[in-house]
Amino acid sequence: MKAASSVIAGQPSVMRNGNPSAGKKVRFPADFLFRKLTGFIALLVSITLLAILVALIKEGSQALHVFGWRFFTTTDWDPVTNRFGALVFIVGTLISSAIAMLIAIPVSFGIALFISELAPNWLRGPVSTAVELLAAVPSIIYGMWGLLVFAPWFSSLEPWINDHIGAIPGLGILFRGPPMGIGMLTAGIVLGIMVIPFIASIMRDVFLVTPPALKESAYALGATTWEVARHVILPYTRTAVTGGIFLGLGRALGETMAVTFIIGNSNNLSASLLMPGSSIASVIANEFTEATTDLYKSSLLALGLILFLITFVVLVFAKLLLLRLQRNEGRKA
Amino acid sequence: MYKPTSLTARIAAFAATAAFGVAAHAANITGAGSTWVYPLVAKWSAAYAKETGTQVNYQSIGSGGGIAQIKAGTVAFGASDKPLKPEELAAAGLVQFPTAIAGEDIIYNLAGVKPGELILSGPLVADIYMGKVAKWNDPAIAKLNPGLKLPDMNITVVHRSDGSGTTFTFANYLSKVSPEWAKKVGVDTSIAWPTGVGGKGNEGIASYVQRIPGSIGYVEYAYILENHMSYARLINSAGKVVSPSLQGFQAAAANVDFTKAQDFYVILTDQPGDESWPISGCTWQILRKDAPKATNQEVTRFFAWGFDKGQDMARSIAFGPLPSSTVDAIKAYWTKNLGI
Repeated sequence: MKAASSVIAGQPSVMRNGNPSAGKKVRFPADFLFRKLTGFIALLVSITLLAILVALIKEGSQALHVFGWRFFTTTDWDPVTNRFGALVFIVGTLISSAIAMLIAIPVSFGIALFISELAPNWLRGPVSTAVELLAAVPSIIYGMWGLLVFAPWFSSLEPWINDHIGAIPGLGILFRGPPMGIGMLTAGIVLGIMVIPFIASIMRDVFLVTPPALKESAYALGATTWEVARHVILPYTRTAVTGGIFLGLGRALGETMAVTFIIGNSNNLSASLLMPGSSIASVIANEFTEATTDLYKSSLLALGLILFLITFVVLVFAKLLLLRLQRNEGRKA
Repeated sequence: MYKPTSLTARIAAFAATAAFGVAAHAANITGAGSTWVYPLVAKWSAAYAKETGTQVNYQSIGSGGGIAQIKAGTVAFGASDKPLKPEELAAAGLVQFPTAIAGEDIIYNLAGVKPGELILSGPLVADIYMGKVAKWNDPAIAKLNPGLKLPDMNITVVHRSDGSGTTFTFANYLSKVSPEWAKKVGVDTSIAWPTGVGGKGNEGIASYVQRIPGSIGYVEYAYILENHMSYARLINSAGKVVSPSLQGFQAAAANVDFTKAQDFYVILTDQPGDESWPISGCTWQILRKDAPKATNQEVTRFFAWGFDKGQDMARSIAFGPLPSSTVDAIKAYWTKNLGI
């Protein structure tokens, strides 16, 4: 943005100095206006963001004031007695997104590597398009597919998961529960499928711009495809790959409709991933319309504030990570 | 360095905005609220517009939203499945009156048990929803159903995940029949469920129950009729086993003296009478006392028309019309409080 505006700003002065004819000067006000207009639009976005933050703080302040820090650490969510705590939903949001990333990152890497390195030329186009089309599917469709198709199929798999993975001491506790097909794990898997196209298409784009000279030198030294991917392509593209992963994570954290359909919507904390849970976005979607008391509504808006902050922290973290990676790159060069 | 410039094209931002129109001219009535009463208002308003030319624009945004909108004065009437207490009405300068009677029932997924074969009592339903009765072959269920072969299977409880008048009515019934429920869980449009999974809307509960063997849920009666679901018969407060029906809902309403309760603050669950259906409910319309008289007149004219001519329409979608004594009481209430 900054680079672009300085180019625009620079243009008129070059023109004036280089060619001071009256006819050319006419363009100056238009450029000036254009610069102001784009600047204003960019500012408007920042103001909107700030306004949302202020509104969330203002509306959520009652809940934060009444419950204090306990709002973040308690699992009560009882509209009848007006006691609210966000822990169940914070945990649900983080766990379902973590499962999604565990699935999406390796799969996306495989897809991107296949398209950029392994697939024959005629196959690249169709596979890329298919991945991008997945990104265009509305989230409600994923929710319906998850509920009506995936969950029934997954529920037939769950007795096996219970008997085999659930029997492992320690780890097994995560995989025990009634075979309902819906729950935290299902939500994580469907979320994973939803963010794959975002991560995969970014990875593919950057893998494709890795200079052929680098790759070919590695191949010439006798490197295998995996070694080229691991030691040449990934280091070269890691900034953009990290960016893509965090973009996917940002989407997974805030996904609402699909999660609401399949997470099970139980406001109780459970150790097992097969049990129903709730995320911040799903509980807001579920309960906002009927939140009749002020404190109830304020608690839901405070949840929105928490989600906003989590997403913000994730983005800041990503930016810092990128900065550090870039600095290291500079050092190496 | 590579810059993912096409990112913006891939990121779709969804913004949901709800616009509430203020009644612009007298021939338009705006209302908002309960999703439960929506089919009835929609049916009435279509016929009413044909007959009188007055359009009724009703947005089913949920009872909580309806109450908030009428308090804010952005609509001419708000609809709620949960009546407001007389003190709250007085404080906000509102009035309320009932519209029609409906009911809800338990549905279940048990192989080999046909619709209407399972018999449950209120306290037993409360125990199931508190997780105290967790198996289908529990002696408490077997005792009420000596003829049924009940499997050794876990009961999966399904409840509403969204705030809902259906939940309010259900929880209200359970707290009347189970002191433990009243103490531990209580009554509201959303409650802290002790156990189970949450489905969004009637269709959410229905789809979970149809899919999960051994599950149990609660939905509106109209929904059971449309989808031919396995419904339970219940034991009412007179100790009789009853099937859900419009007659049952109306029997429950007939045993309530709406005319005596202040601001019609009566909840129809667990009413006496041999034929009364225990989980009957009602939807209330809420109006502002300080609204222009012409606006309130338009609204009351519409509902008076509905009470008068909309009864068959109501029955066709499983809403029971109000008893005529109640309609008379509502008209007197309008005169007293709104001067209409």
